[in-house]
Amino acid sequence: MSDTAALANTGLAKLIFGRLSFESLPFHEPILIATFAGVCLGGLALVAGLTYFRLWGYLWKEWFTSVDHKKIGIMYMVLGLVMFLRGFADALMMRAQQAMAFNGSEGFLPAHHYDQVFTAHGVIMIFFVAMPFVTGLMNYIVPLQIGARDVSFPFLNNFSFWMTTGGAILVMISLFVGEFAKTGWLAYPPLSNLGYSPDVGVDYYIWALQVAGVGTTLSGINLIATIVKMRCPGMTMMKMPVFTWTSLCTNVLIVASFPVLTACLVLLSLDRYVGTNFFTNDLGGNPMMYVNLIWIWGHPEVYILVLPVFGVFSEVTSTFSGKKLFGYTSMVYATIVITILSYLVWLHHFFTMGSGASVNSFFGITTMIISIPTGAKIFNWLFTMYRGRIRFELPMMWTIAFMLTFVIGGMTGVLLAVPPADFVLHNSLFLIAHFHNVIIGGVVFGVFAAINFWFPKAFGFKLNRFWGLVSFWCWVPGFWLAFAPLYVLGLMGVTRRLRVFDDPSLQIWFVLAALGALLIAAGIGALLVQIAYSIWKRNELRDTTGDPWNARTLEWATSSPPPDYNFAFTPVVHDNDAWYDMKSRGYQRPLQGFKPIHMPKNTGAGIILSAFATALGFALIWYMWLFAAVCFTALVAGAIYHTFNYKRDFHIPVDQVINTEAERTKLLSAQVVS
Amino acid sequence: MNGVSGPLDKLSNVALQQMRLTVRENRHYEIGNTLSRLRILLLLPLVALLGGCNFVVMNPAGDIAVQQRDLVVISTVLMLLIIVPVMALIVFFAWKYRQSNTAAKYEPDWDHSTHLELVIWAMPLLIIICLGAVTWSSTHLLDPYRRLDRIAPGNAASLNEPLQVEVVALDWKWLFFYPEYGIATVNELAAPVDRPVRFKITASSVMNSFYIPALAGQIYAMPGMETKLHAVINKAGVYDGFSANYSGAGFSGMRFKFYGVDQAGFDAWIAKAKASRDALSREAYLELEKPSENVPVRLYKEVAPDLYKAILNMCAQPGKMCMSEMMAMDAKGGLGLASARNILPLKYNISMLDGSSSTKNYVASVCTLAEAAREAADHRSTTTPIDPTPVTGAGLTRPGAAPAPFNFTPAPSPAERRASNT
Repeated sequence: MSDTAALANTGLAKLIFGRLSFESLPFHEPILIATFAGVCLGGLALVAGLTYFRLWGYLWKEWFTSVDHKKIGIMYMVLGLVMFLRGFADALMMRAQQAMAFNGSEGFLPAHHYDQVFTAHGVIMIFFVAMPFVTGLMNYIVPLQIGARDVSFPFLNNFSFWMTTGGAILVMISLFVGEFAKTGWLAYPPLSNLGYSPDVGVDYYIWALQVAGVGTTLSGINLIATIVKMRCPGMTMMKMPVFTWTSLCTNVLIVASFPVLTACLVLLSLDRYVGTNFFTNDLGGNPMMYVNLIWIWGHPEVYILVLPVFGVFSEVTSTFSGKKLFGYTSMVYATIVITILSYLVWLHHFFTMGSGASVNSFFGITTMIISIPTGAKIFNWLFTMYRGRIRFELPMMWTIAFMLTFVIGGMTGVLLAVPPADFVLHNSLFLIAHFHNVIIGGVVFGVFAAINFWFPKAFGFKLNRFWGLVSFWCWVPGFWLAFAPLYVLGLMGVTRRLRVFDDPSLQIWFVLAALGALLIAAGIGALLVQIAYSIWKRNELRDTTGDPWNARTLEWATSSPPPDYNFAFTPVVHDNDAWYDMKSRGYQRPLQGFKPIHMPKNTGAGIILSAFATALGFALIWYMWLFAAVCFTALVAGAIYHTFNYKRDFHIPVDQVINTEAERTKLLSAQVVS
Repeated sequence: MNGVSGPLDKLSNVALQQMRLTVRENRHYEIGNTLSRLRILLLLPLVALLGGCNFVVMNPAGDIAVQQRDLVVISTVLMLLIIVPVMALIVFFAWKYRQSNTAAKYEPDWDHSTHLELVIWAMPLLIIICLGAVTWSSTHLLDPYRRLDRIAPGNAASLNEPLQVEVVALDWKWLFFYPEYGIATVNELAAPVDRPVRFKITASSVMNSFYIPALAGQIYAMPGMETKLHAVINKAGVYDGFSANYSGAGFSGMRFKFYGVDQAGFDAWIAKAKASRDALSREAYLELEKPSENVPVRLYKEVAPDLYKAILNMCAQPGKMCMSEMMAMDAKGGLGLASARNILPLKYNISMLDGSSSTKNYVASVCTLAEAAREAADHRSTTTPIDPTPVTGAGLTRPGAAPAPFNFTPAPSPAERRASNT
């Protein structure tokens, strides 16, 4: 002990290691040690496996350095899935703690640990699960839907992905080196100020979000440029697929709101690092500014997550009802109205802060107004089903489950928008149930619909239906079992983030909620089995047509999985539902006249620069000023060096295009014969 | 900065005067009552399961909370008007237009109907117009800053002068001052039945939320700021109160009991506090302020003068300048560069973390505690507002008001102070 203390006090060690020392490692926490050992063993097995099968080169060349929007999209989905397991493990721990901590029991998590768990759960689920999922979907689908060969800035896309991953890595490191924030997922000051959170937790929070935020903002810019500039001939704005429309609105929201988050966190880090007083209580600071700023980002963020899945549901409903989407125009305008209104409602997250009645009613009513376009969307899906021929494939089942679940979440949301009603339900478990109702019932169900829908496009084979059904029937009742008790508890006046309880009559509800969480765990297990089983049985599930669902938009016009260049010839669009239109007019695939295709070249710059940025974040968290300076210099120098890389493109030779297309012709004709 | 009150509060009061003319509360209440009876019917099947549970939010004991409950019910019913048919239609369409039902009509190209679109947009709009009207009026009527104008439906007759309670959220316990009685309590609150209570709420360090579900909705307790809550308890009983906003490690134990008692019981409770041996001096407060968890009830027979005001202005620690003083000086133009020297090290110190010598500071008081108390006693000198006439143009001086000559002598810097002491 004294040795390490002596070491820490020497100037050199402090310059290099900052406040990082052996005590920062959680040797005294058995749960963490076991987890750490598990992660190490798993990681070693993974590294050994990759080395044994000589996959490092393949991964590096074909995936990590890839600028192909399809591969980056898939990597986003993998990142989301991995982080989902971590975030859900946190959820299980919270449910277990709350189900146990009655009748004088302290449960199994001390405050120090429990407070990190619920903070990490929120941060991970929003930033590193929901965001990668929707970004991954947009990355994969949007260029295909608009008939483009890639996004506008392919290198930037790769860099964005690795920055998001860098943020996720920082959060994961905090599990074993130091600790995570104990402030709740939005880190309100003064609690997140240095005075009340002196350790590294909030710094991990700040730098993880800042690193990932760069990725998200750049990816937003990239996709806006792609949608605005790279649509194929004939695709006017009002002929864009609805998913592309909702992606456009989402990315506008990202570009307009993430800088607010960045600025807000910069101010917080100035308070923590250089002693300014933006959000302190005295010396002229005011924590209410932080709460306003973070929700000016935070509320649009909700729509950033949910708008793309609204697009997913539109595509799915129309495809599986075998009908055009009802009210395309009103759907588009509803999306735009939601985009604009999402900036006018942030104060409803803190009606209880004591703004005057007029201010509160203004924000309450604007919040309710958002439910009008949202309601119109629900009706549009409803009337798309009307007089259709509905096929209950997995994506459609998720969509029906979404519609039935989401309207309840919407209703409780509008209820919370009535300020005096919010006074009795704010911060209660009712609120928790509400936002899980819209985020799980909306975003998560939507992502599952999308995964089941587009998986055959991405990999060339469908997902197994049986295990999909198992997952569905665990998830949907599991969700209600987990969150209906929280609605009940909210009406009993139980507040969120409590660690121990003294009223024994509440326990039964927490036990029910924990059982619901276990059912959801089974659903997640079934999802993993579904993926693994489908890979195993991939030859039986093979899709040779490129259009396994008889779908309607352009991504289904090409093969599954699409060739690197997406389309050998840029398609020309005449109507909404371009592929349906092409099919119904007897479209013939061109078989000759191929030309070499101009494509962007892979580069390792994205992953290397992000590694420097992540290391810089780590150095700043631990006050390793020397290391931080080195990383910062490397980051800037690396970025400048990369600008001198002029070999950024290549041509796919015409022979290769001809071969690829000939193979597809063979597949398609085999299909017709059989 | 006594925060969020002030101009907005006044503004909403003006609005309220008008509201009162237009809104018929009694009727509003009756609707709520009928609806709440219906709600009980809806819950019947769950009764077996819910038997042992206390739905305090749906069955409160204070008039404000009752009205808030009614609002929850009214809004829910209003929305169910549209939600239930929509859910039924989703299920019905999904079933009727299933692929195997070839008898159902199939129109693959039907994608527009102006009439339907009108209905689709108009129905939610109508509901929201109703709900918006309810929201606007109820938000003003149930504004926590607003003085009560009734203690129960139709009972404005026995409206007494409200009981004053000053609430401080500490790490992690609640401190209550009763300025009329000169007592203070920790983690225990009492109020006579049917007497309005006016809470003034602040916090010592981080944000909390003051919430007694049986009494009224919550309001944040924020350091350096004051929020207000008006409420009344209508039924005698013991109710739970707690912090509804996460505030750190001891948050779960930040609970207290709220006693709704009759006047005799309240007098007895006050007498019990008066009989306590403890007094809450500044020193005792500074000791109490330190973080502690699951703190048992404490009663104090007397309280240091202006302690609540000092806590609110973040100057309970002797030698620290009160925010009210700071703002008064700033309103007169501030101390300029001299103020940069008027700081002392704060108790939370970065040097504890990394061994460096950089420190965090606070603004030192320019007058002693006694002087401040004298100043506070002489009310006119501190509370005289600035000329209230509106400013007529940007940058113009107020008509008829010559700027007061500012002759303030800056306090000596800590260094100078130390030098003069030796």
